[in-house]
Amino acid sequence: MTAVGRSAVSTAKRLAPRGEGFDPARARQDFPILRNTGLIFLDSAASAQKPQCVIDAIADCYSRDYANIHRGVYELSARATANFEAVRGTTQRFIGAAEAREIVFVRNTTEAINLIAATYGRQNVGPGDEVLITEMEHHSNIVPWQMLCEATGATLRVAPIDDRGALMLEEFEKRLCSRTKIVAVAHISNALGTINPVDEITRLAHAHGAVVVIDGAQAIPHHRVDVTSLDCDFYAFSGHKVFGPTGVGVLYGKAALLESMPPYQGGGSMIETVRFEKSTYAGIPQRFEAGTPDIGGVAGFGAALDYVTGLGLDAIERHERELLAYTTDVLAEIPGLRLIGTAAQKAAVVSFSLDGVHPHDVGSILDHEGIAVRTGHHCAQPVMEHFGVPATVRASLALYNTREDIDALVRALHTVRELFK
Amino acid sequence: MSSDLRELYQAVILDHNKRPRNFRKPECANRTAEGINPLCGDQLTVYLNVEDGVVKDVGFSGTGCAISTASASLMTQAVKGMKIEEAEHLFEGFREMVTSDPQAKPEDESLGKLSVFSGVREFPMRVKCATLAWHAMSEALHDTGETATTE
Repeated sequence: MTAVGRSAVSTAKRLAPRGEGFDPARARQDFPILRNTGLIFLDSAASAQKPQCVIDAIADCYSRDYANIHRGVYELSARATANFEAVRGTTQRFIGAAEAREIVFVRNTTEAINLIAATYGRQNVGPGDEVLITEMEHHSNIVPWQMLCEATGATLRVAPIDDRGALMLEEFEKRLCSRTKIVAVAHISNALGTINPVDEITRLAHAHGAVVVIDGAQAIPHHRVDVTSLDCDFYAFSGHKVFGPTGVGVLYGKAALLESMPPYQGGGSMIETVRFEKSTYAGIPQRFEAGTPDIGGVAGFGAALDYVTGLGLDAIERHERELLAYTTDVLAEIPGLRLIGTAAQKAAVVSFSLDGVHPHDVGSILDHEGIAVRTGHHCAQPVMEHFGVPATVRASLALYNTREDIDALVRALHTVRELFK
Repeated sequence: MSSDLRELYQAVILDHNKRPRNFRKPECANRTAEGINPLCGDQLTVYLNVEDGVVKDVGFSGTGCAISTASASLMTQAVKGMKIEEAEHLFEGFREMVTSDPQAKPEDESLGKLSVFSGVREFPMRVKCATLAWHAMSEALHDTGETATTE
């Protein structure tokens, strides 16, 4: 490695072919916050920015089509309900679910996982049973299972990762047994970018009779997902990471499983009849959607899925894969930079540390240069422990990022090195 | 490089980050407190030897960013030899300096060397880094046995 400044970005690399049929610079114009400011946003794994069409859809909902849903006989309420349910259909098609009623709207990935733990988990997991996760999970795919295990007397087991941050599949398989009731894994690691072999994981887990929960928070904005061919039992993700508003998340569950599960929260919308002696519950998905949902948020979420579909997930993925390769190359040329997470199958998340400089100092200086990155443990403290670092700097990419963003990152990292030399 | 970045990362701060002073546990330590910043995982422990109401010795251990490490290092130098009340008073003055309105700029001369942290005012996200060791020191003075946090 040699010390280089702007020349880190060689002409040859600049001329390398980009993803065909997709222009990130043009897509960037769809995002007011990026269009109107010089912001270089490299923190989309935490939450993505919103295109104008999503902002408009929310405003349109409240300006023209808003009333509570599933209630009124008046036309406006019927229209609001139809719009809301149409997004359920959009979501079904987006992830390849067999039926729209397999889509449950929740607040976010975290709530989706907690819902499964509190309903399916409490119903099916008992003393001596096991829940299997991996070492690379986000806290939201660890803590709900710990709570379930504490409440039921079950044991939480953890499959290790190797030094590149890939799941050790043989070790994972060794931890599967007849007591394994639930396997919960990230599709893509938020801290490392590792793409897990979820097909293989699902096949192995099913062979041992366990149900499979996939935390798809990081996969949905970057990767075509088909839950039917994947054959997972549950798939959870958040709308805000796929360019939708905060406050809307999705739990996909196989219809037969959802049918067998008790309600999550009690209240309006989730009932069939209410008597003081006993109430009966609605069918799926309403059984899991107590109370008035985020109606405006769901409108925005639908627009976000349409937006991504319009651009084409395959084109987005191609662009991000190319940008990841570029990023990895130019960062590797920075002296003292250590990439954390170098699995063969990786999405556009780049975690790193810089010799002798704490990630927070890096983050402050990058911020000062107009570059937003995440610094810290990324809600994945066990991952930090595995790599022996208290925290990392994480640059996470999305469809609107360009090579120019990465070039600016490289220049700013040289500023950091200069300051701390 | 911009001037407020240089102002934040002054040479004294970079030096204390690289070579933190009193980075040790004094053998005679009789009061201890841990400070953690749950947001970023910074974690340090402050050890005091307090006799007759005076901080006879002070040290620290742990990991953190340049601002929190340098702040801990300079804090240990500043409070050594002080009476408990003086150390508390200094913490108050320090906290005021790093949280005051950057426009106002009332330079408190009694802070001496600690005024290198005045640049923190321009970076509100870093105030917690600068005050972490001080919070822990204050906890240790009263040795409540609790962990100091920046939250």
